[in-house]
Amino acid sequence: MTIGNWLRQHGKACGAAARRIAGQPVNTLLSALVVGIALALPAGGEMLLVNFLRLAQNVSATPQLSIFLTLDANKKDSQEIDARLKRHVLVRDYRYVPREEARSRLKQTEGLAEVIDSLPRNPFPDAFVVTPKGESPEQLENLKLEFANYPKVEHVQLDSLWVKRLDALLRLGQMLVTGLAVLLGVALVAVTFNTIRLQILTQRAEVEVSRLLGASDAFIRRPFFYFGALQGLLGGVVAWVLVLAAAYALARPVSRLASLYSFNFALRPLPLAESLFLIAFAVFLGWLGAWLSVSRHLRDIEPR
Amino acid sequence: MSALRFDQVAKRYPGGIEAVSGVSFEVGKGEMVVLSGHSGAGKSTLLRMIPAIERPTEGRVVVNGQDVGKLKRSGVAILRRNLGVIFQDRKLLFDRTVFDNVMLPLAIAGFAPREAARRVRAALDKVGLLEREKAYPIALSGGEQQRLAIARAVVNRPSLLIADEPTAHLDPAYAHDIAQMFRSFNGVGVTVIVATPDEALFAPYGARRIVLDHGRLVTEEAVP
Ligand SMILES: Nc1ncnc2c1ncn2[C@@H]1O[C@H](COP(=O)(O)OP(=O)(O)OP(=O)(O)O)[C@@H](O)[C@H]1O
Ligand SMILES: [Mg+2]
Repeated sequence: MTIGNWLRQHGKACGAAARRIAGQPVNTLLSALVVGIALALPAGGEMLLVNFLRLAQNVSATPQLSIFLTLDANKKDSQEIDARLKRHVLVRDYRYVPREEARSRLKQTEGLAEVIDSLPRNPFPDAFVVTPKGESPEQLENLKLEFANYPKVEHVQLDSLWVKRLDALLRLGQMLVTGLAVLLGVALVAVTFNTIRLQILTQRAEVEVSRLLGASDAFIRRPFFYFGALQGLLGGVVAWVLVLAAAYALARPVSRLASLYSFNFALRPLPLAESLFLIAFAVFLGWLGAWLSVSRHLRDIEPR
Repeated sequence: MSALRFDQVAKRYPGGIEAVSGVSFEVGKGEMVVLSGHSGAGKSTLLRMIPAIERPTEGRVVVNGQDVGKLKRSGVAILRRNLGVIFQDRKLLFDRTVFDNVMLPLAIAGFAPREAARRVRAALDKVGLLEREKAYPIALSGGEQQRLAIARAVVNRPSLLIADEPTAHLDPAYAHDIAQMFRSFNGVGVTVIVATPDEALFAPYGARRIVLDHGRLVTEEAVP
């Protein structure tokens, strides 16, 4: 078979499937809605997750570690730590905050100047503020442990401990979305399986006659595959539109809520990559359902 | 090499009816053969073994040198694409137009659309249905449906044409037209096998007779 021939056969099968789908608008609409609504759930979850992730990144910026030295640490001790930080591969940037600076900064705070002046001695230790290279909670935790073991270090504080909790939360969210997608995906394959079974029944005569006239198995199956895939495509588009509509409906309330917490945040619709994945996933599920159904039901039809 | 050879063929249906027993005959290329016999004699069964719709329980059916019983699924499909078959119940698709019914074998064979459309119109013209190409089979008379079935069978220009009672339920003038049509296909070199209870219809064309009686071959001779 030449390439042109192959393309033509596929074009024909796709066209035939499209005509069948267009020829039964009510059924098509109902199936597309079932597929669409089911897929809109995980897709909507994914959209929220993507937004949440963006919010989290905005807020936390880059995490920092503060290293507080003991009060009796001297210049030489700080130089030692300075040297170590300078050599450290996982340190992007760091800043030395001498105890005098900490004291004078706090003094500038309204109302605290007198309190601080009244103290017998400077209560602040020398400190380093470190911006690490990695951002994963494990890396930060390891760095924290390492810095705590440096000489004359009293305490290391991970500024964004909540990054870890957030990360765990996001991971949980991702798991839920994935689980939902798998579960509903199976349901959708089952729905397509049944739709195609009915299609095969209504096209029984056509299948039988095609067999009699020498159609190959591939020729007979092809339109059903396209039917399943096209139905999936329509369902995917419905899901995408639903999620888009939800994003627009939620945009205003969400940004109002965010402004209450003095965040500047706007809910964004599903990004392009996720949108494409959603549609491709829907097409794949439709094709899979069709494939299973055709493998199961088409062999039963033998010409009489 | 003959176009078709039956070699001690028997067909027993599940349930024990032996529809065809010990049948042997040969059809040469370009020959026209009329297969007759009473209702239930086994004509359809015999013809249906040629495109491997039924498989012989004994013996061999050889089409163009190929043992049909040994063909795999894909081999059977290729065999059927190269035969023209008119089924006793016509097997038309009632949700497709006349044109699309005739187009089906060409679509299966993968013809380019323009060439296919040209061939479909040529076949419809041959059977006198060109004006009805947009009609649906339900709107055709019995005789027209029969001609539609013929057009579909010849559209891919098979070298072997098989017809199972193509003149059944048609008035005599119409039946005569159809017999004439097979004669003209045979005239351009197509091997033709027609099953009919009305062998007199084909007698003027000098076809060879094969007569079945209760599944057995009783006569095999040239029409005088
Ligand atoms: N699918 C089948 N299963 C069981 N028995 C069958 C089947 N098809 C045909 N038969 C039997 O086989 C015998 C031959 O039938 P066949 O249809 O070949 O006869 P025929 O010569 O074509 O008859 P007619 O002229 O009525 O079409 C009959 O007894 C019939 O009942
Ligand atoms: Mg019969």
